[in-house]
Amino acid sequence: MKSNSYIQFFDGGIEPTLDNLGGKGASLVTMTEAGMPVPPGFVVTTAEFDAFMTAAGIADKIAARLKGLDPEDVAEVDRLSEAIRTDICSRPIPEELRELTRSAYESLMSRFEAPVPVAVRSSATAEDLPDASFAGQQDTYLWLEGFDSVGEHIRRCWASLYTSRAIIYRLKNNIPDAGLSMAVVVQKMVNSKVAGVAMTLDPATGDRSKITIDSSYGVGEMVVSGQVTPDNIQLDKVTLALIHESLGTKHAELVPDAASHCLVEREVDESRRSVRSLTDTELAAVARMAKRAEKHYKCPQDIEWALDADLPDGENLLLLQSRPETVHSSKPATAPTPIVTGGYAATFGFTPKLPA
Amino acid sequence: MSMKSFPKPSELAVPAGAEGWEKLYPYYLTFQESLKDEEDAKFWFCDSQHWPTVFKPFETIGGEFAVKCLGQYNARHLMIPNANGIEFRIHLGYLYMSPIPVPEEQIAARVPLFEERVGHYFANWNEKLAQWHTKVRGTITEMESLGFAKLPDLVPMADILSGKAKDGSEVLLENYDRLIQLAYQNWQYHFEFLNLGYIAYLDFFNFAKAVFPNIPDQSIATMVQGVDMELFRPDDELKELAALAVELGLQPSFTNTDDAAATLAGLAAVPGGERWLARYEEAKDPWFNFTVGNGFYGHDKYWYEYQEIPLGYIADYIRRLDDGQEIMRPKEALIAEKERIIEEYRELLDADNQAVFDAKRGLAATAYPYVENHNFYIEHWTMGVFWRKIRELSRMLHAEGFWNGPDDLLYLSRNEVRDALFDLVTGWGVGAKAPIGPIYWPEEIERRRIIVDALKTARPQPALNTPPESITEPFTRMLWGITTEQVEQWLGAGEAVEGGGLRGMAASPGIVEGRARVIHGSDQLAEVQQGEILVATVTAPSWGPIFGKIKATVTDIGGMMSHAAIVCREYGLPAVTGTGSASTTITTGQWLRVNGTKGTVEILDHPPVSGPGAHSHTHGEQIDA
Repeated sequence: MKSNSYIQFFDGGIEPTLDNLGGKGASLVTMTEAGMPVPPGFVVTTAEFDAFMTAAGIADKIAARLKGLDPEDVAEVDRLSEAIRTDICSRPIPEELRELTRSAYESLMSRFEAPVPVAVRSSATAEDLPDASFAGQQDTYLWLEGFDSVGEHIRRCWASLYTSRAIIYRLKNNIPDAGLSMAVVVQKMVNSKVAGVAMTLDPATGDRSKITIDSSYGVGEMVVSGQVTPDNIQLDKVTLALIHESLGTKHAELVPDAASHCLVEREVDESRRSVRSLTDTELAAVARMAKRAEKHYKCPQDIEWALDADLPDGENLLLLQSRPETVHSSKPATAPTPIVTGGYAATFGFTPKLPA
Repeated sequence: MSMKSFPKPSELAVPAGAEGWEKLYPYYLTFQESLKDEEDAKFWFCDSQHWPTVFKPFETIGGEFAVKCLGQYNARHLMIPNANGIEFRIHLGYLYMSPIPVPEEQIAARVPLFEERVGHYFANWNEKLAQWHTKVRGTITEMESLGFAKLPDLVPMADILSGKAKDGSEVLLENYDRLIQLAYQNWQYHFEFLNLGYIAYLDFFNFAKAVFPNIPDQSIATMVQGVDMELFRPDDELKELAALAVELGLQPSFTNTDDAAATLAGLAAVPGGERWLARYEEAKDPWFNFTVGNGFYGHDKYWYEYQEIPLGYIADYIRRLDDGQEIMRPKEALIAEKERIIEEYRELLDADNQAVFDAKRGLAATAYPYVENHNFYIEHWTMGVFWRKIRELSRMLHAEGFWNGPDDLLYLSRNEVRDALFDLVTGWGVGAKAPIGPIYWPEEIERRRIIVDALKTARPQPALNTPPESITEPFTRMLWGITTEQVEQWLGAGEAVEGGGLRGMAASPGIVEGRARVIHGSDQLAEVQQGEILVATVTAPSWGPIFGKIKATVTDIGGMMSHAAIVCREYGLPAVTGTGSASTTITTGQWLRVNGTKGTVEILDHPPVSGPGAHSHTHGEQIDA
C-alpha cells in the first residue's frame, strides 16, 4: 500500500510536514529517510483526524464547552476533559477512513512472517501540546494486536488532545482550539535481541573522533540502567577501525514476552556471554547509523539502538532514540579549545615557539 | 611485572661450524670484549627488515653506509634535539641497532639549530628536491662510466709517446675507490630528505594523536601518503606492457618467458611485436633497475639482467587480463577514500586546530612521498648499478684466478678487495708469474663460505639485552616499528602463539581468510598462487606483481611504513606487519584469518595429521577474547 493524504508510511518517500504528521510522526519519517531506520510503521495524518471531527460534527460542541473555562478550576477542567474524551471515543470513524487505516495496518503486518504487536502513539503538532509530547510522554499504547484494537487506540490518541493538562496549557498560553489537530503513529513493537547505546564521541574525554558503543542481549533497558555489564567497543569514527573493546559479562537479558505483554528477565548462557554480542558487520552498521544521526542533527548524538529479531539480517538494525550528547556538548565554553601545537614536543623533545 | 629481557650477545650459541665468525667482519662491527659491560647495558634490536639474511663480508657496505648516513643527519646535519643516530653491530651475521639519545641537558641548545636547518629545507622543499634528483642521477651516471677491464700485456706505445708515465693500474684502483665513494655519496643523499620526511610525518602524527587520542596509525598514514608513487611505477609499466600485448594479440609469444632471449626474439618476428618491443625498451630505462631483493645483497637479481623475471610477470598479467580480471590498482577509489578521511577528521576540529591540521598535514603530505619514492633511486637504481659493477670486478679477478666462483668477491671485505687489487697490479706490474691471490683466496673463501652457511642455520634474535621502559626514539618507532608494545609482544611471543595466533601491527585494514604461502626469499615468489595469504620475513618493492594475486600479507618485521604496509594499503589488502615470527610459526597451506584492522593473525587450521600420535587442534579460536 502506498502513502496517501491520510496515511503516510515512514518509508513512503513523501516529504514530511509537521502540520500533517505532528512532531513525532515527522521525526520518524525524517529519520527513516535519512538512513536511520526506526521500527517500521506509518502515521495516521492530521487530515484523518480533521475528517473524523468533521464527520462527527462535535467541534462546535467542544468549543462551546470550553468557552470561559477557568484554567485554575482544576475540578471543572477534569470534568470537561473526561466528557470531551468520552465523546470523541464514542464516535465512529467514517468507514472510508477506517478501511484506509486497516489496509495500512495489514500492509505493515505483511512485512513479517506472522503478525507482530504494534505501539500506537499520539503525535501532536508543535503548538498544540506541551513539550512533553516530544519526549514521548504523551499517550502511548503498547503491545496492540489486531486492527480492532489499533483503531480503538488511534481514537484514544485523538482524544488525548483534550487531557486536562493540554486544555490548561492552551488556555494559559492563549493558544486557540481552532485548527487543533493530531496525528497518530502506528509502529512495530521492537523485538530486540541485542540492544544498546552508541555515542558519537568518547564519553571519557569528549574526543569526537570516536564512536563508543555499549551492547548487550535483549532490550536496551539493562544497559541503560546499568544492570548488566555490556560489551564496550570503541571505533574510530572516520574509518570505523576498532580502537578497543572489552567483553562485558552480560549475565542477563530482558526479552519481550508476547503472551504476557511484558519483558521477562532470563539468564544468558555461558556461550553467549563469552562472545561479543555484535558481529563485526553489525558493529559497523551501528556505528554508521550513529554517524548518520550526528550528521543529521549536526551535533554529537547519544543514540539507543536495537537489532530486531523479526526483521532479516541487514535490515534489522533500528534506531530507537537519538538525542544530543549533553555532557561534553553542553560544557560552557569558559576558554577556547586550546590549539594543539603538538608534534615537535612529543616527537623531538621540545616545544616550538608559537607562530605569531 | 618484572621486565623480561632478551638474551645478551654472549649468551647466544654460535652455530656449529661458525666458530671464528667475528673475523669475517671489520673489528668495529662486532661487540668488543673490553666494552662488554657498556654494550650489554644497551638495548639492541635486530634489523632483519633490511638485512634478513647473513652478511657476506662485502655486503656489510650497505648496512654501514645506510645506518651511518641516517645517523649523521640526526646528529650532525639537522641536530634533532632528542635523537642522535643509531649505533650498529653485526652479531652472528645479523645487524643489531641501538639508538643513541641526546643527553637531556643538551637538548635545549640544539633546538634553534634544528629549527633553522629543518626550516630551511621545508621552506625550499621543491627546489632542494630537484637538486637532489640531479645529484643522485649524476652519481649513477658516473658509476655507470666506471670499468674494470683486464690490464694490458704492455703499456701502449701512445702512452710512451705522450709521456703519460703511468701503467693504467691506477685507473683500476681509482675506479674501485670511486665506485665505493659514489655508493657512499648516494647513501648520504638518500638521507638528506629521508629524515625530513619522517620529521614532517611524525610532527603530523603526534598532532593527530594529541587531537584524536588513539587515532589508528593507519588513518594518519593514509592522510599523508601518496597514492600514485614512483615505487609502483615499475609494476605499473609491466601492467601497461601486458595490456598492450593483449591489445596487439601477442599472447602466443609469452608461452615460455623463462627463456627471455627467445621470447624477445619471437616478439620481434610477429606483427605488432616491433611496436611492443619499442614500448618495452622505453620501460626498461630506468624502471628495470629494479631488484627482486632490497638492494642490500650481492645476490640480488635485477630485472635488467634477469629479464625472464619481468617477462614472467607480464605473462601472468596477460593471463589475468584474458580471464577478465582488473589488474590496475583502484587509484581513483583510493584517492577518493583518502580525501574523505582527511575531510572527516578535519571537520571534527575547531577552526584554530583546523588551521594547524592543514599546515601540518600539508607539510607531511609534501615531505612524506619522498620516503616512498626515494627507494627506487637508491636501493634499486643506484645499488643495481653498484652491484653490476662489483660483479664485473669480481669476474675480472675470477678470470685472473683469484677465486673459483665468479661472484666470490663477496666473501672479501671491501678493504680486502683493495688489497687484492693491489696484489693483482703488483704481480702484473713486476712481471711475476702470478699474483699471490690465486693461491691465498680460494681456500680462504671456502673457509668463510662454511662459516657464512653455518651462520645462516640460525635465525637472529628480535633484540638483545634489556629493553628500556619505553621506546621513544622517533625513527626507531617509525621506520622499524620498534615500539614498547612491539617489544613486549616479542618477549611474550611464546604465549601469544599458544592460542593459535600472532599479533603484529595493524598495517592495512580488512579481514580475510585464506591459505598461507610462506616465502623465505624472492626465489620462491613463483610459488605464490592466486588467493593465497603471503607470509614472509619482509617484503620488497619488486614483489609488486604478486600483490595483485594475494589476499593479504603477514610479515615478521616492519612497521606502518614498511613496504608491505604501504603496498597493501595501496592495493586495499589487509596486512599485519612486525609479528616477529610469522614466517617461522606459520607453514604453507595453513588456513589463516588475517585481521589487518586489529593486527591479528589466527591460524584456524593445521595441516591434517594422521597416523599414530595424531591429535586434534582447536579450530577457529579467537585470540582477542
